[in-house]
Amino acid sequence: MSAPATTPIGVRPSLSERIAGDRFVYLLAIPVFLVLLYFVVAPMLQTAIFSFDGKGAAVNYSTFFTGASASALGLSVGISLASVLLCGVIGTLLAVLLTRFDFPGRRMLEVFAILPMALPPLIGTVAFVLLSSESGVVPRALHELLGAPASLFAASGIGGVLLVHAFTMYPYFYLSVSAGLAGLDSSLETASANLGARKARTWAKVILPMLTPALVSGALLTFMISMASFTAPQLYNVQTLTMQIVSTRTSGDHSLAAAQSTVLSIVSILFLVSMRWYQGRRVHRSLSKGVQRDRAVSRGPVRYLALAGSLLISALLLAPVLVIVLVSFSVDGAWTTQVLPPQYTLANYTRIFTDPKSLLPINVSVQMSVLATIAAVVIGAAAAWIIARWRLGGKTLLDIAIMLPWALPGTVIGVNMVTAFNEPNAANLGLVLTGTLWILPVAYFVRYVPLVFRSTGASLDTIDPSLEEAARGLGASPVRVLRTVTVPLVAKGILAGALLAFVDGVGEYVASVVIYPSQYVPLSVEIFGRIYSSEIGTAAAYGTLQIALILIVLVVSRAMEGRSSAGAVTTV
Amino acid sequence: MISVSLDRIEKSYGDNPPTVAADIRIEAGEFFTLLGPSGCGKSTMLRMIAGFLQPTRGRILFDEEDVTTRPPNKRDTGMVFQNYALFPHMTVAQNVSYGLDVRRAGKAEKAERIAKALDQVGLAGYGTRRIDQLSGGQQQRVALARAIVISPSVLLLDEPLSNLDAKLREETRLQIRRVQQEASLTAVYVTHDQAEAMAMSDRIAVLEAGRVHQVATPREVYHRPATEFVARFIGRSNVLPATVVETRQDALVVELPGGRRVETPAPRNPNRKAGDAVSLSVRPELMRPCPVDEALLVGVVGAAEFTGASITFEAAVGDLELTVTMPDRADAPRPGDTVGLAWDGERTWAVGE
Repeated sequence: MSAPATTPIGVRPSLSERIAGDRFVYLLAIPVFLVLLYFVVAPMLQTAIFSFDGKGAAVNYSTFFTGASASALGLSVGISLASVLLCGVIGTLLAVLLTRFDFPGRRMLEVFAILPMALPPLIGTVAFVLLSSESGVVPRALHELLGAPASLFAASGIGGVLLVHAFTMYPYFYLSVSAGLAGLDSSLETASANLGARKARTWAKVILPMLTPALVSGALLTFMISMASFTAPQLYNVQTLTMQIVSTRTSGDHSLAAAQSTVLSIVSILFLVSMRWYQGRRVHRSLSKGVQRDRAVSRGPVRYLALAGSLLISALLLAPVLVIVLVSFSVDGAWTTQVLPPQYTLANYTRIFTDPKSLLPINVSVQMSVLATIAAVVIGAAAAWIIARWRLGGKTLLDIAIMLPWALPGTVIGVNMVTAFNEPNAANLGLVLTGTLWILPVAYFVRYVPLVFRSTGASLDTIDPSLEEAARGLGASPVRVLRTVTVPLVAKGILAGALLAFVDGVGEYVASVVIYPSQYVPLSVEIFGRIYSSEIGTAAAYGTLQIALILIVLVVSRAMEGRSSAGAVTTV
Repeated sequence: MISVSLDRIEKSYGDNPPTVAADIRIEAGEFFTLLGPSGCGKSTMLRMIAGFLQPTRGRILFDEEDVTTRPPNKRDTGMVFQNYALFPHMTVAQNVSYGLDVRRAGKAEKAERIAKALDQVGLAGYGTRRIDQLSGGQQQRVALARAIVISPSVLLLDEPLSNLDAKLREETRLQIRRVQQEASLTAVYVTHDQAEAMAMSDRIAVLEAGRVHQVATPREVYHRPATEFVARFIGRSNVLPATVVETRQDALVVELPGGRRVETPAPRNPNRKAGDAVSLSVRPELMRPCPVDEALLVGVVGAAEFTGASITFEAAVGDLELTVTMPDRADAPRPGDTVGLAWDGERTWAVGE
C-alpha cells in the first residue's frame, strides 16, 4: 500500500487527458460534423432565412396561413391521419394473422407482405394509376363484366392517394407489430388465461397494452412518411403541402416556397423528436425472451377459405408489379380502351439500351447514385462509429444532424439544396451547384446517409466493444483497430446500407424533380416525362428495370443480414 | 516484469463524491487480486491500469513511470476479458498473432511464439480452428494465449473464469497461475469469487463500494480480517459483539453475550481501552459443541444440513444466529437441542473498527 513519496496529486486531468484513450473518436468527429453542418444543417437554415426574403417574412407567412398553403397543410395532415388509420388496421391484422395462425398459403403471404416496400415510389404510384384509375385495368374489367360504368370502380383524387398510401405504407405497421408480437412473452398470455381471463379479455388487457409501443412507432413513422409523400398527390393531382411547394416554386415565388418548406420541416422535425422521445421512454419490456408459440391451425373447410384468401391477397400484392412488367412489353400508344394492352413487343427494352438518349437517364441515375453512396458510406459509417463510441456530452447534436434528412421530406431537401447552393455566399463557401449535374449526388447523399448510418449502427450494436479494447490492449493504434477489427465486423451492415442507399438513389424522384439540371434528366424524372407524353410502355420498361434492381438488392442484403434488413427501405 | 501503482487514484462522475478511491502498489511478478462484490469498483481499477479509463485524480505508475494519460495501445498490457473478446473473423492463430503483428515480429519468430503460447495453454494444433468451433473453456485459453504471447509487462484478467462451469473453473485457474509463474508476469486479477482469489493470489485487495478494506495475503485476509465486511465476505464467519475487558500486547480479553470472558488476538491499537465495543470473528469450523457448563456461548440448534463429510447447523444464541460446521458424528446435535459452544481463542480475531 506504499506510494512513492514525491507524488503531486489532486490535479484533475484536463479534457485532453481524459479523452486520451479515445482521442481518435473526437478527432474524426470534427470533419464528419462539418460535412453534415455544411450539407444538411446549413441548407435547412438558409431556406428558413430565405423565407424571410422576397416580400418579407410577415407577408410570406401570412400568405401561408391565410392562403392555399394553409388548406394544403390541413389536407396533408388529414390524408396522413387517414393513412395512419388505414395502414394501422391493415398492417396489424396482417401481422396477427401471419404470426398467430397457420393456414395454407401462409408462407407465400409472408414473402409477399413486404413486397410493397420493393416498389420505387414513382413507379409504385404509376402502377396504381394503371390499375385503378378510370381508364385502369380493374375498373375497365369490372365494366366489361358487370356493365356498370368504369368510373364507379375507379379511385381518383384523395381516394387514389389513400389507396396508394394504404398499400405502400402498411408494411411499417406490419413490421413493427410482427416484431412486437414475436417479442411478446407467451407466459403472460398463459398467466392471463390461467387467472381465468377469456381470450378477448387477454387481448384487451394484456396483448394490446404490450403492443402499444409498436403501434405508436408504426403510427408516427407512417404519419411522417405520409406527410412527405409527393408522388401519389402529384399523379392524382391532390394539392397537399408537398405539391404546393413544388408548384409555388414552379410559379417563381421562391421565398413563399421556402416558407412552405420551413413549415413542413418544422412539422417533420417535431415528429422526429417525438418519435425519439417515445422510443426512449417505452416501458413495456418482456422479462423473458420471446418463446416459440404454437400457431392456431385452421381445419376443415376453413382451410380452403384461408387458401383462397391468401391467394387473393397475394395476387393483390403482386398486381402492381405485374401490371408494370406487363405494360413494359406493350406498344406505346396502342393501349386505348382495352382492359389490357392489346399489342406486345420487346422494342421498349431494346430502345432503352440502344438509343443513347434513352440510356442517358439510367447512366445519370446510376452514376450519380454511386457517387452519393460512396459519400454516404464514408460519412454514415464514420458517424455511426463515432456515436457508438462517444463518451462525452453533445452526442445528441451529431445524432440529430445525421438523422435530420431522414425526417425531412424529399421535396424539402430539394428546396434546401437549390436554395443553399444557388449563388456564392458565406454559408456555401462559394460552391454553386444549382443547375449543375453535381447537385444530384449531393442531394442523394443527404437523403440516404441516414440509411448507411442506421444499418452500420445496428451492426455496431451487435459487436462487443471489448473486441476493440482487446485490440487496443494488444498495442494496435486506433486506426489499425478500425481497419483490422471494427470494419471487417460491420462490413455487412455497411454494405447493406450502401446497397439500399444505391437503389433508393437510382429510383429517387421527389427531390430530383425539384433540382435536376435540364440537360441531365434522372431516371424517375424521365419516367414521369414519358408518361406525360403517353409513352407508357417505355416508362414501364424503365420501371421494370428499377424493380428488378431493387429485388436483386433485397435478396442480396437479406442473404447477408439474415432477416433484419428489409425494414430499412424507407422512401416514398 | 514491472510493479504497478494506483497512486491515490479517484474516479468520480460529475460533482458526486468519488465512486472509487484507492492507493495500491502491486509488486513486480506478483499475482494480485482485486476482490469484491459486483459494483465495488474492481473492474474500474483494472480498466484504469489498462488505460480504457482515466482516473479523475491521482496517477497510474508502471514501475516509477507515470502512464496515467498514456493510451491503451502504448501500455504493453495483456488483457483477458470476461467474455474473452476473441476476434470472431479470425482463426485461433490469427487471434494469437494479432499483438505480434502490431509489433512487427518476424515471420519465423511469430510462428514460434504462437506455437509456444498455444502449447502453454494446452491448445497445440488448434491454430487453424475458427473461434466458433471452440468450447467456452478453449476460447478462454485462446484469450489467455493471446494476452501472454506478447510477453506483456502486466497481465490483466477481468473475471476470466465467470463464464465457465465449476469443474472447468478449477482446472483453468491452476493453468492461469502456472502460466503466470512460468512467464514470471505481474498479474492483476479481478474476481468476485473469494475461493478463486484465495486459491490463486499472492496478495488480495478486498474492495467494497469503491474503497479498499484490506490488502494482504490470502491467509491473512482469512484469519486476520481487517473489517467486519472482510470477515463476512471471505468465507463464512460468525461475527459476535463483545466488550473489551482488558487490553494486552497483541490481544484483548473480551466479554461475550452471556457474560463469559475469552482472550483473542487483535490488531495493535493504542487507543483501545476497557469498555470499548468490538466484533469477534469466529469461523464456523472453529466452533465446536461442548457441555453447557464448559461453553462460551449457549444456544438452541436450528436447521441442520448434512453435506457429506461434515454437518452445518444453525444455533440461536439470544438474537444472534450462528453457523457451526463440524465433522459428522453420531452424537451431532439435532434441531431443538440446547447446545454449548466453545472454540480455541488463539484462532479468532477481534475485528478492528
